[in-house]
Amino acid sequence: MEEQKHIFSMLVDNVPGVLSRIVGLFSGRGFNIDSLCVAETTDPAVSRITIVSKADAPIVEQIEKQLNKLVNVRKIRDLTGPSSVKREMALICVQAKAKHRAEILRIVDIFRCKVVDVGLEHYTIEVTGDEGKLKALLKLLKPMGIKKIARTGPIALFREPN
Amino acid sequence: MKLTGAQILLKTLAEEKVDTIFGYPGGAVIDIYDELEKTDIRHVLVRHEQGAVHAADGYARVSGRVGVCLVTSGPGATNTVTGIASAYMDSIPLVVITGQVPTHLIGNDAFQEVDIVGITRPCTKHNYLVTRTEDLAHVIKEAFHIARSGRPGPVLVDIPKDVANTTIEYKPPGPVNLRSYRPNYSPNMKQLQKVVKLIRKARRPLLFVGGGAILSKASPEVTELAHKIQAPVTATLMGLGAFPGTDPLWLGMIGMHGTYRANMAVDACDLMISVGVRFDDRVTGRIDTFAPRAKIVHIDIDPTSIRKNVQVAIPIVGDCRLTLNSLNQLVDEIDLGDLSSARKDWLSQIDTWKKTTPLAYKQTDVIKPQFVVEKLFELTGGDAIITTEVGQNQMWAAQFYHFNRPNRFVTSGGLGTMGFGLPAAIGAQIACPDDVVVDIAGDGSIQMNIQEMATAVQQKAPIKVVILNNSYLGMVRQWQELFYDKRYASTCMDCTPDFVKLAEAYGALGLRATKPDEVEAVLRKGLEAPTAVIMDFVVAKEECVYPMVPAGAPITEMLLV
Repeated sequence: MEEQKHIFSMLVDNVPGVLSRIVGLFSGRGFNIDSLCVAETTDPAVSRITIVSKADAPIVEQIEKQLNKLVNVRKIRDLTGPSSVKREMALICVQAKAKHRAEILRIVDIFRCKVVDVGLEHYTIEVTGDEGKLKALLKLLKPMGIKKIARTGPIALFREPN
Repeated sequence: MKLTGAQILLKTLAEEKVDTIFGYPGGAVIDIYDELEKTDIRHVLVRHEQGAVHAADGYARVSGRVGVCLVTSGPGATNTVTGIASAYMDSIPLVVITGQVPTHLIGNDAFQEVDIVGITRPCTKHNYLVTRTEDLAHVIKEAFHIARSGRPGPVLVDIPKDVANTTIEYKPPGPVNLRSYRPNYSPNMKQLQKVVKLIRKARRPLLFVGGGAILSKASPEVTELAHKIQAPVTATLMGLGAFPGTDPLWLGMIGMHGTYRANMAVDACDLMISVGVRFDDRVTGRIDTFAPRAKIVHIDIDPTSIRKNVQVAIPIVGDCRLTLNSLNQLVDEIDLGDLSSARKDWLSQIDTWKKTTPLAYKQTDVIKPQFVVEKLFELTGGDAIITTEVGQNQMWAAQFYHFNRPNRFVTSGGLGTMGFGLPAAIGAQIACPDDVVVDIAGDGSIQMNIQEMATAVQQKAPIKVVILNNSYLGMVRQWQELFYDKRYASTCMDCTPDFVKLAEAYGALGLRATKPDEVEAVLRKGLEAPTAVIMDFVVAKEECVYPMVPAGAPITEMLLV
């Protein structure tokens, strides 16, 4: 069966060890984690965790059920597909030699990113977008030389009905 | 009311109606023990913490209540891990209380410190580290609630020493309300209607029951349904006793060492109603050849069990007992016609399998282990509580002792823990003091927790240990004989203790039989003894358990006697 990227978004009790339970479940049962984001919601007792995992359909079903079974997991939703908005942020430190500096700034402008740190030999760019946007940006910056990159991995929310 | 953490703990345990705790003291739980001594709760002092958990497990399995353990931090806690994992695999409700170093020392590599919550996360249903005395009562109540509800399982509560000895103003905890934990008990009626349709159409129905049927106390409903729709019944190792072992519709156990007729019936059936099972690899054999002609109905309280290993036609999440109860009512409303003629071919086919290929062994002039179990069944009228170790002894017990009631067969099914049977027998005997409790053991596994004989003698628990002594680690030897050209790597126990003397050394009774005609007399004497007994049966050294399905083969490919 074909493996596909799935975005699982879950609300969990904000208690010590909850992340370890979730990560342990993935490693113990041989599920993949591509990326993972955790932060508090407006209710400090509840955190939202977003996990991207590559899996085939039966495994996706197991992941969802197994996560649901954890006592600290309140709610889980598979946000794969167009009915949700997904965004990822990245900080990209790109080599900026004199001959490339203008070109990099043009790209930053086109992609509506921001330069958040600048030096004699580098720019650090902050970018937010979906997977496609980040991919396109990285493709354009690669020839200049990417020194370092930090990505958050996607977060997602279900689109509310109009 | 001012109370210490230890006092709050014992108050809460009393409110949960705990009457027995299996445990072992140590520095981190000394305050709790000091309070325990002042209560009516019986404390069973084991000789190793693993024994405490297995004993609590045995207690839970026969009584249907939550088993409780109390051990100290560090090694006390790590020694419980095998017991906890065994209970987790078999869904047995336990609350394991471990001591912990004081909160200010946690993370400091303090003396006897270990992160037991971290260690047991994957083998408990849930676990807690209590960091404030104020949380203690509530956490204990939650632990019991989680352990016994939904799909039961072990819950560990780690209590630092300062949490136990701090005095606070006690406030009774409110009712347990976990937003994120709401097991679903009642089945979807639409799904059940579909099952009724399948029952109406089925020519060769089969009921397949597992440990879930016993945990949810669904035996009467299983029996009712089987009789009502005239479906033969097979069970997993964990499900033995859920359906009477002497009923004409009983097929015997399914799986790697299942009966010929049970495995053949699985292959031939056109409808499989599976209740409280999880389609373990020892049950299904090669998964893509399992029940190839059947529409599978799967009833289980745990959604993760459904479609984990096999695809099913009708999944039903719910409590086995409630679900079967509803199903029985729905079946009552339809006309199934003349079942005796409709089932004639199916039941006579099963009868033929039973006649041509029964469970069998060849009697010789040495004691056959199967003969010992058969005799034990006969002499106890099939009414003893049987615990087992793991390996050949376990399979022979499952095959040749026929259980007519649930909660009478206590065995480590999922994890397959050698050393389980003796402490589990002690726990079972303490829960059921008037019953005969027998541990069917091998000479290998009995040595894994033999120290608990001292517990049995101290507690005056008159358990009967039947050792099927072949001087081998028999099941592994059997695999080596069949699949490794008889290269018996490390399975021969050249040095085995004299179990009769060992029994006597512990203050128990030791008996031995070396010839078939001594078996009955030894069993009689052992069963009648008012004390703990070890009966050492010197059995055929190279006897194998048959039928046997080689690992990974279809369950119809059985090696027979």
